[in-house]
Amino acid sequence: MLNVKKFKGSLMQSELSVLFRRRRTWAMLTTISMIPIFLAIAVKLSGSTLPPGEGPPFLDRVSQNGMFVGFTAMILAIPLFLPLTIGVVAGDTIAGEANTGTLRYLLVAPVSRTRLLIVKFLGASAFALAATFTLMITGIAIGAILFPIGPVTLLSGDVISIPAALVRIFLVAIYVTISLMGLTAIGLFISTLTVIPVGAMAATVVVSTVTQILGTLPQLAVIHPYLISYYWLGFADLLRNPISLGSFASNTLLQLAYIAIFGSLAYGRFTTKDVLS
Amino acid sequence: MAQEVDPQYAIFTSGLTKSFGSHNAVDALDLRVPRGSIFGFLGPNGSGKTTTIRMLLGLANISSGEVSLLGSAIPDEIGIALPKVGALVEGPAFYPYLSGRDNLIRFDAADRHAPPQTRSARVDAALARVGLTQAAGKKVHAYSLGMKQRLGIANALLQPRELLVLDEPTNGLDPQGTREVRNLIRSLAVEGITIFISSHLLVEIEQICTHLAVMSQGKIVAQGSVEELSAGEELNLTLLTSDTELAVQGLKTYGINGVIDGKSVRALIPAGAHKPEDILKSLVDTGVGVKGFTLLAPTLEERFVLLTGEGFDVER
Repeated sequence: MLNVKKFKGSLMQSELSVLFRRRRTWAMLTTISMIPIFLAIAVKLSGSTLPPGEGPPFLDRVSQNGMFVGFTAMILAIPLFLPLTIGVVAGDTIAGEANTGTLRYLLVAPVSRTRLLIVKFLGASAFALAATFTLMITGIAIGAILFPIGPVTLLSGDVISIPAALVRIFLVAIYVTISLMGLTAIGLFISTLTVIPVGAMAATVVVSTVTQILGTLPQLAVIHPYLISYYWLGFADLLRNPISLGSFASNTLLQLAYIAIFGSLAYGRFTTKDVLS
Repeated sequence: MAQEVDPQYAIFTSGLTKSFGSHNAVDALDLRVPRGSIFGFLGPNGSGKTTTIRMLLGLANISSGEVSLLGSAIPDEIGIALPKVGALVEGPAFYPYLSGRDNLIRFDAADRHAPPQTRSARVDAALARVGLTQAAGKKVHAYSLGMKQRLGIANALLQPRELLVLDEPTNGLDPQGTREVRNLIRSLAVEGITIFISSHLLVEIEQICTHLAVMSQGKIVAQGSVEELSAGEELNLTLLTSDTELAVQGLKTYGINGVIDGKSVRALIPAGAHKPEDILKSLVDTGVGVKGFTLLAPTLEERFVLLTGEGFDVER
Protein backbone atom coordinates (compact mmCIF):
# COMPACT_ATOMS: atom_id res chain seq x y z
CA MET A 1 0.00 0.00 0.00
CA LEU A 2 1.24 3.46 -0.80
CA ASN A 3 1.67 5.38 2.38
CA VAL A 4 0.56 8.87 1.39
CA LYS A 5 1.85 10.54 4.51
CA LYS A 6 5.29 9.04 4.02
CA PHE A 7 5.29 9.87 0.31
CA LYS A 8 4.56 13.51 1.01
CA GLY A 9 7.89 15.27 1.38
CA SER A 10 9.89 12.28 0.19
CA LEU A 11 12.58 12.12 -2.45
CA MET A 12 10.08 10.51 -4.85
CA GLN A 13 7.73 13.44 -4.50
CA SER A 14 10.63 15.85 -4.87
CA GLU A 15 11.78 14.03 -8.01
CA LEU A 16 8.35 14.30 -9.62
CA SER A 17 8.00 17.91 -8.61
CA VAL A 18 11.40 18.80 -10.07
CA LEU A 19 10.72 16.80 -13.26
CA PHE A 20 7.32 18.37 -13.86
CA ARG A 21 8.49 21.87 -13.06
CA ARG A 22 11.08 21.77 -15.81
CA ARG A 23 10.22 23.74 -18.88
CA ARG A 24 11.74 20.97 -20.98
CA THR A 25 9.22 18.45 -19.67
CA TRP A 26 6.33 20.71 -20.55
CA ALA A 27 7.81 21.45 -23.97
CA MET A 28 7.93 17.73 -24.69
CA LEU A 29 4.40 17.11 -23.42
CA THR A 30 3.13 20.04 -25.47
CA THR A 31 4.81 18.68 -28.58
CA ILE A 32 3.32 15.26 -27.91
CA SER A 33 -0.16 16.80 -27.69
CA MET A 34 0.46 18.43 -31.07
CA ILE A 35 0.59 15.02 -32.76
CA PRO A 36 -3.15 14.22 -32.44
CA ILE A 37 -4.03 17.86 -33.01
CA PHE A 38 -2.15 18.10 -36.32
CA LEU A 39 -3.42 14.70 -37.34
CA ALA A 40 -7.05 15.64 -36.70
CA ILE A 41 -6.71 18.98 -38.44
CA ALA A 42 -5.06 17.36 -41.47
CA VAL A 43 -7.87 14.84 -41.76
CA LYS A 44 -10.51 17.52 -41.30
CA LEU A 45 -8.99 19.81 -43.93
CA SER A 46 -8.45 17.10 -46.51
CA GLY A 47 -12.16 16.40 -46.35
CA SER A 48 -12.02 13.33 -48.52
CA THR A 49 -12.39 9.97 -46.86
CA LEU A 50 -9.51 7.62 -47.34
CA PRO A 51 -10.23 4.18 -48.69
CA PRO A 52 -9.78 1.65 -45.87
CA GLY A 53 -6.23 0.32 -45.57
CA GLU A 54 -4.45 3.46 -46.74
CA GLY A 55 -2.23 5.47 -44.44
CA PRO A 56 -1.63 4.49 -40.84
CA PRO A 57 -4.09 2.05 -39.24
CA PHE A 58 -7.38 3.59 -38.12
CA LEU A 59 -6.73 6.76 -40.13
CA ASP A 60 -9.62 6.01 -42.43
CA ARG A 61 -11.97 5.86 -39.44
CA VAL A 62 -10.99 9.17 -37.88
CA SER A 63 -13.38 11.32 -39.87
CA GLN A 64 -16.31 9.10 -38.96
CA ASN A 65 -15.49 8.79 -35.29
CA GLY A 66 -13.27 11.18 -33.34
CA MET A 67 -12.52 8.46 -30.80
CA PHE A 68 -9.96 7.08 -33.26
CA VAL A 69 -7.74 10.16 -33.26
CA GLY A 70 -5.93 8.98 -30.11
CA PHE A 71 -5.27 5.48 -31.47
CA THR A 72 -3.94 6.76 -34.77
CA ALA A 73 -1.76 9.39 -33.14
CA MET A 74 -0.37 6.74 -30.80
CA ILE A 75 0.65 4.56 -33.73
CA LEU A 76 2.39 7.55 -35.31
CA ALA A 77 4.20 8.49 -32.07
CA ILE A 78 5.41 5.07 -30.94
CA PRO A 79 8.29 4.41 -33.35
CA LEU A 80 10.04 7.76 -33.11
CA PHE A 81 8.62 10.49 -31.00
CA LEU A 82 7.83 8.71 -27.75
CA PRO A 83 11.24 6.93 -27.65
CA LEU A 84 12.85 10.30 -28.32
CA THR A 85 11.24 11.88 -25.27
CA ILE A 86 12.04 8.80 -23.17
CA GLY A 87 15.63 9.07 -24.34
CA VAL A 88 15.75 12.67 -23.13
CA VAL A 89 14.25 11.95 -19.72
CA ALA A 90 15.90 8.58 -19.02
CA GLY A 91 19.28 9.64 -20.43
CA ASP A 92 19.22 12.68 -18.17
CA THR A 93 18.45 10.79 -14.93
CA ILE A 94 21.93 10.25 -13.50
CA ALA A 95 24.12 11.99 -16.07
CA GLY A 96 22.13 15.21 -15.69
CA GLU A 97 22.61 15.25 -11.92
CA ALA A 98 26.30 14.41 -12.38
CA ASN A 99 26.64 17.19 -14.94
CA THR A 100 25.24 19.90 -12.68
CA GLY A 101 27.13 18.48 -9.70
CA THR A 102 23.90 18.02 -7.77
CA LEU A 103 24.54 14.26 -7.74
CA ARG A 104 27.22 14.64 -5.07
CA TYR A 105 24.93 16.73 -2.91
CA LEU A 106 22.12 14.19 -3.19
CA LEU A 107 24.52 11.41 -2.22
CA VAL A 108 25.84 13.23 0.83
CA ALA A 109 22.33 14.37 1.85
CA PRO A 110 22.41 11.29 2.15
CA VAL A 111 20.52 9.23 -0.41
CA SER A 112 21.66 5.65 -0.92
CA ARG A 113 22.65 5.04 -4.51
CA THR A 114 20.17 2.18 -4.86
CA ARG A 115 17.31 4.39 -3.67
CA LEU A 116 18.32 7.15 -6.05
CA LEU A 117 18.33 4.72 -8.99
CA ILE A 118 14.86 3.45 -8.11
CA VAL A 119 13.48 6.95 -7.67
CA LYS A 120 15.02 8.02 -10.99
CA PHE A 121 13.56 5.01 -12.78
CA LEU A 122 10.10 5.59 -11.33
CA GLY A 123 10.33 9.30 -12.16
CA ALA A 124 11.17 8.59 -15.80
CA SER A 125 8.39 6.00 -15.94
CA ALA A 126 5.97 8.59 -14.56
CA PHE A 127 6.97 10.79 -17.47
CA ALA A 128 6.19 7.95 -19.90
CA LEU A 129 2.76 7.63 -18.29
CA ALA A 130 2.19 11.37 -18.55
CA ALA A 131 3.29 11.32 -22.20
CA THR A 132 0.96 8.51 -23.30
CA PHE A 133 -2.02 9.93 -21.41
CA THR A 134 -1.34 13.42 -22.74
CA LEU A 135 -1.45 12.01 -26.25
CA MET A 136 -4.60 9.96 -25.70
CA ILE A 137 -6.54 12.64 -23.84
CA THR A 138 -5.63 15.32 -26.37
CA GLY A 139 -6.65 12.86 -29.08
CA ILE A 140 -10.09 12.34 -27.60
CA ALA A 141 -10.54 16.06 -26.99
CA ILE A 142 -9.60 17.19 -30.50
CA GLY A 143 -11.54 14.25 -31.96
CA ALA A 144 -14.63 15.32 -30.06
CA ILE A 145 -14.23 18.89 -31.26
CA LEU A 146 -13.69 18.19 -34.96
CA PHE A 147 -15.55 14.94 -35.59
CA PRO A 148 -18.65 13.10 -34.55
CA ILE A 149 -18.24 10.90 -31.51
CA GLY A 150 -20.03 7.64 -31.16
CA PRO A 151 -19.87 3.99 -30.30
CA VAL A 152 -16.64 2.44 -31.54
CA THR A 153 -16.41 -0.40 -34.01
CA LEU A 154 -13.65 -2.72 -32.90
CA LEU A 155 -11.26 -4.64 -35.15
CA SER A 156 -13.36 -7.72 -34.53
CA GLY A 157 -16.40 -5.92 -35.92
CA ASP A 158 -18.18 -5.57 -32.58
CA VAL A 159 -19.47 -2.19 -31.53
CA ILE A 160 -18.81 -0.95 -28.02
CA SER A 161 -20.22 2.05 -26.14
CA ILE A 162 -18.25 5.25 -25.52
CA PRO A 163 -17.52 4.42 -21.83
CA ALA A 164 -16.32 0.94 -22.83
CA ALA A 165 -14.17 2.55 -25.53
CA LEU A 166 -12.64 4.88 -22.93
CA VAL A 167 -11.59 1.83 -20.93
CA ARG A 168 -9.88 0.46 -24.06
CA ILE A 169 -8.14 3.80 -24.58
CA PHE A 170 -6.96 3.72 -20.99
CA LEU A 171 -5.60 0.19 -21.50
CA VAL A 172 -3.76 1.20 -24.65
CA ALA A 173 -2.10 4.11 -22.83
CA ILE A 174 -1.01 1.73 -20.07
CA TYR A 175 0.22 -0.75 -22.69
CA VAL A 176 2.37 1.89 -24.38
CA THR A 177 3.71 3.13 -21.03
CA ILE A 178 4.84 -0.40 -20.18
CA SER A 179 6.33 -0.70 -23.68
CA LEU A 180 8.53 2.29 -22.92
CA MET A 181 9.75 1.08 -19.52
CA GLY A 182 12.35 -1.31 -20.92
CA LEU A 183 13.81 1.58 -22.90
CA THR A 184 13.68 3.70 -19.74
CA ALA A 185 15.83 1.09 -17.96
CA ILE A 186 18.31 1.11 -20.84
CA GLY A 187 18.45 4.91 -20.70
CA LEU A 188 19.00 4.78 -16.95
CA PHE A 189 21.92 2.39 -17.37
CA ILE A 190 23.51 4.48 -20.13
CA SER A 191 23.04 7.52 -17.92
CA THR A 192 25.25 5.96 -15.22
CA LEU A 193 28.10 5.65 -17.72
CA THR A 194 28.64 9.30 -18.46
CA VAL A 195 28.47 12.80 -17.04
CA ILE A 196 27.30 14.22 -20.37
CA PRO A 197 23.50 13.96 -20.46
CA VAL A 198 23.19 14.68 -24.19
CA GLY A 199 25.40 11.68 -24.90
CA ALA A 200 23.22 9.39 -22.80
CA MET A 201 20.06 10.78 -24.42
CA ALA A 202 21.38 10.25 -27.93
CA ALA A 203 22.63 6.75 -27.14
CA THR A 204 19.23 5.76 -25.77
CA VAL A 205 17.48 7.00 -28.91
CA VAL A 206 20.03 5.15 -31.03
CA VAL A 207 19.25 1.92 -29.16
CA SER A 208 15.55 2.39 -29.85
CA THR A 209 16.15 3.12 -33.54
CA VAL A 210 18.58 0.27 -34.11
CA THR A 211 16.22 -2.14 -32.40
CA GLN A 212 13.41 -1.16 -34.71
CA ILE A 213 15.63 -1.49 -37.78
CA LEU A 214 16.66 -4.97 -36.68
CA GLY A 215 12.98 -5.70 -36.23
CA THR A 216 12.36 -5.05 -39.93
CA LEU A 217 15.02 -7.48 -41.18
CA PRO A 218 13.40 -10.85 -41.93
CA GLN A 219 16.82 -12.54 -41.75
CA LEU A 220 16.86 -11.78 -38.04
CA ALA A 221 13.41 -13.21 -37.35
CA VAL A 222 14.92 -15.51 -34.70
CA ILE A 223 15.79 -12.63 -32.43
CA HIS A 224 12.72 -10.51 -33.15
CA PRO A 225 10.67 -11.74 -30.16
CA TYR A 226 13.47 -10.61 -27.86
CA LEU A 227 13.73 -7.10 -29.27
CA ILE A 228 12.49 -4.39 -26.97
CA SER A 229 10.27 -2.96 -29.70
CA TYR A 230 8.72 -6.31 -30.71
CA TYR A 231 5.32 -5.63 -29.11
CA TRP A 232 5.35 -1.84 -29.43
CA LEU A 233 2.64 -1.75 -32.08
CA GLY A 234 0.87 -4.83 -30.76
CA PHE A 235 -1.92 -3.16 -28.88
CA ALA A 236 -4.46 -4.07 -31.58
CA ASP A 237 -5.33 -7.08 -29.41
CA LEU A 238 -6.83 -4.68 -26.94
CA LEU A 239 -9.23 -3.50 -29.63
CA ARG A 240 -10.97 -6.80 -30.17
CA ASN A 241 -13.98 -8.39 -28.57
CA PRO A 242 -13.59 -10.37 -26.41
CA ILE A 243 -10.52 -8.46 -25.30
CA SER A 244 -7.31 -10.44 -25.74
CA LEU A 245 -4.61 -9.75 -23.15
CA GLY A 246 -2.05 -12.08 -24.72
CA SER A 247 0.23 -9.45 -26.19
CA PHE A 248 -0.29 -7.28 -23.11
CA ALA A 249 1.12 -10.07 -20.94
CA SER A 250 3.96 -10.97 -23.33
CA ASN A 251 4.93 -7.34 -23.68
CA THR A 252 4.90 -6.82 -19.91
CA LEU A 253 7.09 -9.89 -19.43
CA LEU A 254 9.55 -8.76 -22.09
CA GLN A 255 9.75 -5.25 -20.62
CA LEU A 256 10.24 -6.68 -17.11
CA ALA A 257 13.13 -8.75 -18.41
CA TYR A 258 14.74 -5.61 -19.87
CA ILE A 259 14.12 -3.74 -16.62
CA ALA A 260 15.74 -6.57 -14.66
CA ILE A 261 18.79 -6.78 -16.92
CA PHE A 262 19.47 -3.08 -17.37
CA GLY A 263 18.39 -2.26 -13.82
CA SER A 264 21.03 -4.70 -12.55
CA LEU A 265 23.65 -3.26 -14.89
CA ALA A 266 22.80 0.26 -13.74
CA TYR A 267 22.97 -0.90 -10.12
CA GLY A 268 26.30 -2.64 -10.65
CA ARG A 269 27.75 0.39 -12.33
CA PHE A 270 26.30 3.16 -10.20
CA THR A 271 26.86 1.65 -6.75
CA THR A 272 30.56 1.12 -7.39
CA LYS A 273 31.56 4.15 -9.37
CA ASP A 274 33.51 7.14 -8.14
CA VAL A 275 31.45 10.29 -8.24
CA LEU A 276 34.09 12.74 -9.33
CA SER A 277 31.96 15.38 -10.98
CA MET B 1 37.94 -1.32 11.89
CA ALA B 2 41.17 -3.08 12.54
CA GLN B 3 42.42 -0.20 14.60
CA GLU B 4 40.69 1.05 17.72
CA VAL B 5 39.36 4.52 16.99
CA ASP B 6 39.69 7.11 19.67
CA PRO B 7 36.21 8.66 20.06
CA GLN B 8 37.75 12.08 20.52
CA TYR B 9 38.30 12.28 16.77
CA ALA B 10 35.60 13.39 14.35
CA ILE B 11 37.68 12.16 11.42
CA PHE B 12 40.28 9.46 11.82
CA THR B 13 42.00 7.86 8.86
CA SER B 14 44.81 5.36 8.71
CA GLY B 15 46.74 4.75 5.56
CA LEU B 16 43.99 6.30 3.45
CA THR B 17 45.02 5.94 -0.18
CA LYS B 18 43.42 6.67 -3.53
CA SER B 19 45.18 5.45 -6.62
CA PHE B 20 44.33 6.22 -10.21
CA GLY B 21 46.27 3.60 -12.12
CA SER B 22 49.79 3.59 -10.73
CA HIS B 23 49.53 7.15 -9.46
CA ASN B 24 48.54 7.73 -5.85
CA ALA B 25 46.45 10.90 -5.74
CA VAL B 26 46.16 10.43 -1.98
CA ASP B 27 48.95 8.50 -0.37
CA ALA B 28 48.68 6.81 3.05
CA LEU B 29 46.93 9.62 4.86
CA ASP B 30 46.69 9.52 8.66
CA LEU B 31 44.30 12.36 9.39
CA ARG B 32 43.44 13.14 13.00
CA VAL B 33 40.66 15.68 13.29
CA PRO B 34 39.75 16.22 16.96
CA ARG B 35 36.10 16.79 17.82
CA GLY B 36 35.31 20.45 18.39
CA SER B 37 38.27 21.69 16.37
CA ILE B 38 38.32 24.04 13.43
CA PHE B 39 40.60 22.00 11.26
CA GLY B 40 42.30 23.66 8.33
CA PHE B 41 43.12 21.25 5.51
CA LEU B 42 45.70 23.06 3.45
CA GLY B 43 47.54 22.37 0.27
CA PRO B 44 48.08 23.67 -3.24
CA ASN B 45 45.47 22.95 -5.89
CA GLY B 46 45.90 19.35 -7.03
CA SER B 47 47.51 18.13 -3.82
CA GLY B 48 44.68 15.66 -3.16
CA LYS B 49 42.45 17.61 -0.76
CA THR B 50 39.21 17.20 -2.68
CA THR B 51 39.91 13.54 -3.46
CA THR B 52 40.40 12.97 0.27
CA ILE B 53 37.10 14.70 1.04
CA ARG B 54 35.33 12.61 -1.62
CA MET B 55 36.57 9.45 0.07
CA LEU B 56 35.60 10.70 3.54
CA LEU B 57 32.04 11.29 2.30
CA GLY B 58 31.75 8.02 0.39
CA LEU B 59 31.62 9.67 -3.04
CA ALA B 60 34.80 7.96 -4.19
CA ASN B 61 35.94 4.46 -3.40
CA ILE B 62 38.84 3.99 -1.02
CA SER B 63 41.76 2.21 -2.69
CA SER B 64 43.25 1.17 0.62
CA GLY B 65 43.28 2.27 4.25
CA GLU B 66 40.54 2.98 6.72
CA VAL B 67 38.27 5.89 7.53
CA SER B 68 36.24 6.58 10.62
CA LEU B 69 33.78 9.44 10.28
CA LEU B 70 32.15 10.41 13.60
CA GLY B 71 32.95 6.92 14.82
CA SER B 72 31.37 5.12 11.86
CA ALA B 73 33.45 3.07 9.47
CA ILE B 74 33.36 4.38 5.89
CA PRO B 75 31.98 3.17 3.53
CA ASP B 76 30.11 0.42 5.42
CA GLU B 77 28.34 2.64 7.94
CA ILE B 78 28.10 5.74 5.81
CA GLY B 79 24.33 5.93 6.26
CA ILE B 80 24.86 6.41 9.99
CA ALA B 81 27.50 9.10 9.67
CA LEU B 82 26.29 11.27 6.79
CA PRO B 83 23.08 12.62 8.36
CA LYS B 84 25.29 14.17 11.04
CA VAL B 85 27.58 15.76 8.43
CA GLY B 86 26.96 18.92 6.45
CA ALA B 87 29.13 19.26 3.39
CA LEU B 88 30.21 21.66 0.71
CA VAL B 89 32.24 19.64 -1.78
CA GLU B 90 34.19 21.12 -4.66
CA GLY B 91 32.05 24.19 -5.03
CA PRO B 92 28.31 24.61 -4.78
CA ALA B 93 26.02 22.86 -7.28
CA PHE B 94 22.33 23.48 -7.75
CA TYR B 95 19.42 23.06 -10.14
CA PRO B 96 19.65 26.33 -12.08
CA TYR B 97 15.95 26.32 -12.96
CA LEU B 98 14.84 26.12 -9.32
CA SER B 99 14.87 28.94 -6.78
CA GLY B 100 17.44 28.93 -3.99
CA ARG B 101 14.75 27.94 -1.54
CA ASP B 102 13.41 25.10 -3.74
CA ASN B 103 16.94 23.77 -4.16
CA LEU B 104 17.34 23.48 -0.41
CA ILE B 105 13.93 21.82 -0.12
CA ARG B 106 15.00 19.31 -2.75
CA PHE B 107 18.22 18.37 -0.92
CA ASP B 108 16.46 18.24 2.42
CA ALA B 109 13.77 15.93 0.99
CA ALA B 110 16.56 13.65 -0.21
CA ASP B 111 17.56 13.02 3.40
CA ARG B 112 15.24 10.43 4.94
CA HIS B 113 16.21 11.56 8.42
CA ALA B 114 15.05 15.13 7.83
CA PRO B 115 11.57 15.65 9.29
CA PRO B 116 9.28 17.06 6.57
CA GLN B 117 7.13 18.89 9.14
CA THR B 118 9.94 21.29 10.02
CA ARG B 119 11.43 21.46 6.51
CA SER B 120 10.12 24.86 5.58
CA ALA B 121 11.21 26.44 8.87
CA ARG B 122 14.65 24.85 8.73
CA VAL B 123 15.20 25.97 5.15
CA ASP B 124 14.24 29.54 6.04
CA ALA B 125 16.53 29.51 9.07
CA ALA B 126 19.47 28.25 6.99
CA LEU B 127 18.81 30.92 4.34
CA ALA B 128 18.65 33.61 7.02
CA ARG B 129 21.88 32.40 8.55
CA VAL B 130 23.80 33.02 5.32
CA GLY B 131 21.91 36.22 4.50
CA LEU B 132 20.00 34.92 1.50
CA THR B 133 16.45 35.52 2.72
CA GLN B 134 15.91 38.30 0.17
CA ALA B 135 17.13 36.19 -2.75
CA ALA B 136 15.46 32.95 -1.64
CA GLY B 137 12.77 33.09 -4.33
CA LYS B 138 15.14 33.89 -7.21
CA LYS B 139 16.16 31.14 -9.60
CA VAL B 140 19.71 29.97 -8.92
CA HIS B 141 20.90 30.71 -12.48
CA ALA B 142 20.53 34.37 -11.55
CA TYR B 143 22.78 33.97 -8.49
CA SER B 144 26.33 35.28 -8.39
CA LEU B 145 29.10 32.83 -7.50
CA GLY B 146 29.24 34.31 -4.01
CA MET B 147 25.50 33.77 -3.54
CA LYS B 148 25.80 30.17 -4.73
CA GLN B 149 28.65 29.66 -2.30
CA ARG B 150 26.49 30.96 0.54
CA LEU B 151 23.57 28.81 -0.58
CA GLY B 152 25.94 25.84 -0.51
CA ILE B 153 26.82 26.65 3.09
CA ALA B 154 23.10 27.01 3.90
CA ASN B 155 22.59 23.53 2.44
CA ALA B 156 25.20 22.17 4.84
CA LEU B 157 23.33 23.81 7.73
CA LEU B 158 19.84 22.44 7.02
CA GLN B 159 19.98 20.25 10.09
CA PRO B 160 21.90 20.30 13.35
CA ARG B 161 25.24 18.75 12.45
CA GLU B 162 28.16 17.34 14.36
CA LEU B 163 30.63 17.91 11.56
CA LEU B 164 30.84 20.38 8.71
CA VAL B 165 33.09 19.57 5.78
CA LEU B 166 33.69 22.74 3.81
CA ASP B 167 35.80 22.45 0.68
CA GLU B 168 37.15 25.88 -0.30
CA PRO B 169 34.16 27.74 1.18
CA THR B 170 35.54 31.19 0.43
CA ASN B 171 36.09 30.60 -3.29
CA GLY B 172 34.48 33.33 -5.31
CA LEU B 173 33.68 35.46 -2.29
CA ASP B 174 34.76 39.09 -2.02
CA PRO B 175 36.73 40.15 1.09
CA GLN B 176 33.51 41.13 2.84
CA GLY B 177 31.94 37.74 2.02
CA THR B 178 35.08 35.94 3.17
CA ARG B 179 34.89 37.77 6.49
CA GLU B 180 31.23 36.83 6.86
CA VAL B 181 32.00 33.17 6.20
CA ARG B 182 34.79 33.27 8.77
CA ASN B 183 32.45 34.78 11.35
CA LEU B 184 29.82 32.18 10.55
CA ILE B 185 32.35 29.38 11.01
CA ARG B 186 33.45 30.86 14.33
CA SER B 187 29.87 31.01 15.57
CA LEU B 188 29.26 27.41 14.50
CA ALA B 189 32.41 26.27 16.27
CA VAL B 190 31.15 27.95 19.45
CA GLU B 191 28.13 25.65 19.22
CA GLY B 192 30.54 22.71 19.41
CA ILE B 193 30.40 21.66 15.76
CA THR B 194 33.63 20.26 14.36
CA ILE B 195 34.61 22.11 11.23
CA PHE B 196 36.87 20.62 8.60
CA ILE B 197 37.74 23.32 6.12
CA SER B 198 39.96 22.92 3.11
CA SER B 199 41.72 25.76 1.38
CA HIS B 200 44.67 26.49 -0.83
CA LEU B 201 45.03 29.88 0.85
CA LEU B 202 46.45 29.76 4.34
CA VAL B 203 45.80 33.45 4.95
CA GLU B 204 42.07 32.91 4.48
CA ILE B 205 41.72 30.47 7.32
CA GLU B 206 44.76 30.68 9.59
CA GLN B 207 43.00 33.22 11.80
CA ILE B 208 40.20 30.85 12.70
CA CYS B 209 41.80 27.40 12.70
CA THR B 210 42.75 25.56 15.85
CA HIS B 211 44.38 22.70 13.96
CA LEU B 212 46.02 22.32 10.57
CA ALA B 213 47.15 19.65 8.20
CA VAL B 214 49.24 20.47 5.16
CA MET B 215 48.98 18.34 2.04
CA SER B 216 51.51 18.17 -0.72
CA GLN B 217 51.41 15.75 -3.63
CA GLY B 218 48.98 13.43 -1.91
CA LYS B 219 50.79 13.27 1.41
CA ILE B 220 50.40 15.04 4.72
CA VAL B 221 53.61 16.97 5.32
CA ALA B 222 52.57 18.53 8.63
CA GLN B 223 49.69 18.10 11.03
CA GLY B 224 48.84 19.31 14.50
CA SER B 225 47.47 22.20 16.51
CA VAL B 226 48.37 25.68 15.32
CA GLU B 227 50.56 26.15 18.43
CA GLU B 228 52.47 22.96 17.71
CA LEU B 229 53.01 23.91 14.11
CA SER B 230 54.10 27.47 14.93
CA ALA B 231 56.51 26.31 17.60
CA GLY B 232 58.97 24.81 15.16
CA GLU B 233 62.57 25.72 15.94
CA GLU B 234 63.85 26.28 12.44
CA LEU B 235 65.02 29.77 11.69
CA ASN B 236 64.86 31.75 8.51
CA LEU B 237 68.22 33.15 7.56
CA THR B 238 68.62 36.13 5.28
CA LEU B 239 72.21 36.90 4.42
CA LEU B 240 73.01 40.18 2.69
CA THR B 241 76.16 39.80 0.62
CA SER B 242 77.59 40.32 -2.85
CA ASP B 243 79.40 36.97 -2.66
CA THR B 244 76.21 34.97 -3.02
CA GLU B 245 77.75 31.95 -4.79
CA LEU B 246 80.44 31.61 -2.16
CA ALA B 247 77.89 31.91 0.63
CA VAL B 248 75.76 29.13 -0.87
CA GLN B 249 78.83 26.90 -1.04
CA GLY B 250 79.70 27.73 2.53
CA LEU B 251 76.21 26.87 3.71
CA LYS B 252 76.36 23.59 1.83
CA THR B 253 79.21 22.39 4.04
CA TYR B 254 76.71 22.56 6.90
CA GLY B 255 74.15 20.64 4.86
CA ILE B 256 72.00 23.75 4.43
CA ASN B 257 70.44 24.72 1.10
CA GLY B 258 70.81 28.39 0.33
CA VAL B 259 68.69 30.13 -2.29
CA ILE B 260 70.05 33.21 -4.04
CA ASP B 261 67.59 36.07 -4.08
CA GLY B 262 69.18 39.11 -5.71
CA LYS B 263 71.83 40.43 -3.34
CA SER B 264 70.89 38.09 -0.57
CA VAL B 265 70.86 34.41 0.26
CA ARG B 266 67.93 32.80 2.03
CA ALA B 267 68.11 29.55 3.90
CA LEU B 268 66.30 27.56 6.54
CA ILE B 269 68.51 26.60 9.47
CA PRO B 270 67.28 23.47 11.22
CA ALA B 271 67.15 23.45 14.98
CA GLY B 272 69.99 22.19 17.14
CA ALA B 273 72.45 21.11 14.49
CA HIS B 274 74.67 24.17 14.27
CA LYS B 275 74.73 27.45 16.06
CA PRO B 276 74.00 30.32 13.65
CA GLU B 277 76.97 32.28 15.02
CA ASP B 278 79.31 29.41 14.09
CA ILE B 279 77.92 29.39 10.58
CA LEU B 280 78.43 33.15 10.30
CA LYS B 281 82.01 32.90 11.51
CA SER B 282 82.89 30.17 9.03
CA LEU B 283 81.28 32.13 6.17
CA VAL B 284 83.34 35.21 7.03
CA ASP B 285 86.47 33.03 7.33
CA THR B 286 85.97 31.68 3.82
CA GLY B 287 85.86 35.24 2.48
CA VAL B 288 82.17 35.99 2.21
CA GLY B 289 81.59 39.70 2.68
CA VAL B 290 78.63 39.76 5.02
CA LYS B 291 76.66 42.99 5.08
CA GLY B 292 73.72 41.67 7.03
CA PHE B 293 72.73 38.53 8.87
CA THR B 294 69.09 38.24 9.91
CA LEU B 295 67.42 35.34 11.70
CA LEU B 296 63.64 35.11 11.93
CA ALA B 297 61.27 32.43 13.09
CA PRO B 298 59.26 31.69 9.95
CA THR B 299 55.62 32.67 9.80
CA LEU B 300 53.09 29.91 9.37
CA GLU B 301 52.79 30.83 5.74
CA GLU B 302 56.51 30.66 5.07
CA ARG B 303 56.61 27.29 6.75
CA PHE B 304 53.68 26.26 4.61
CA VAL B 305 55.41 27.34 1.41
CA LEU B 306 58.57 25.51 2.45
CA LEU B 307 56.58 22.36 3.18
CA THR B 308 54.69 22.34 -0.08
CA GLY B 309 57.61 23.37 -2.25
CA GLU B 310 58.04 25.82 -5.08
CA GLY B 311 55.25 26.85 -7.38
CA PHE B 312 52.76 27.11 -4.58
CA ASP B 313 49.90 29.45 -5.21
CA VAL B 314 50.32 32.18 -2.63
CA GLU B 315 47.92 34.75 -3.99
CA ARG B 316 46.30 36.77 -1.29
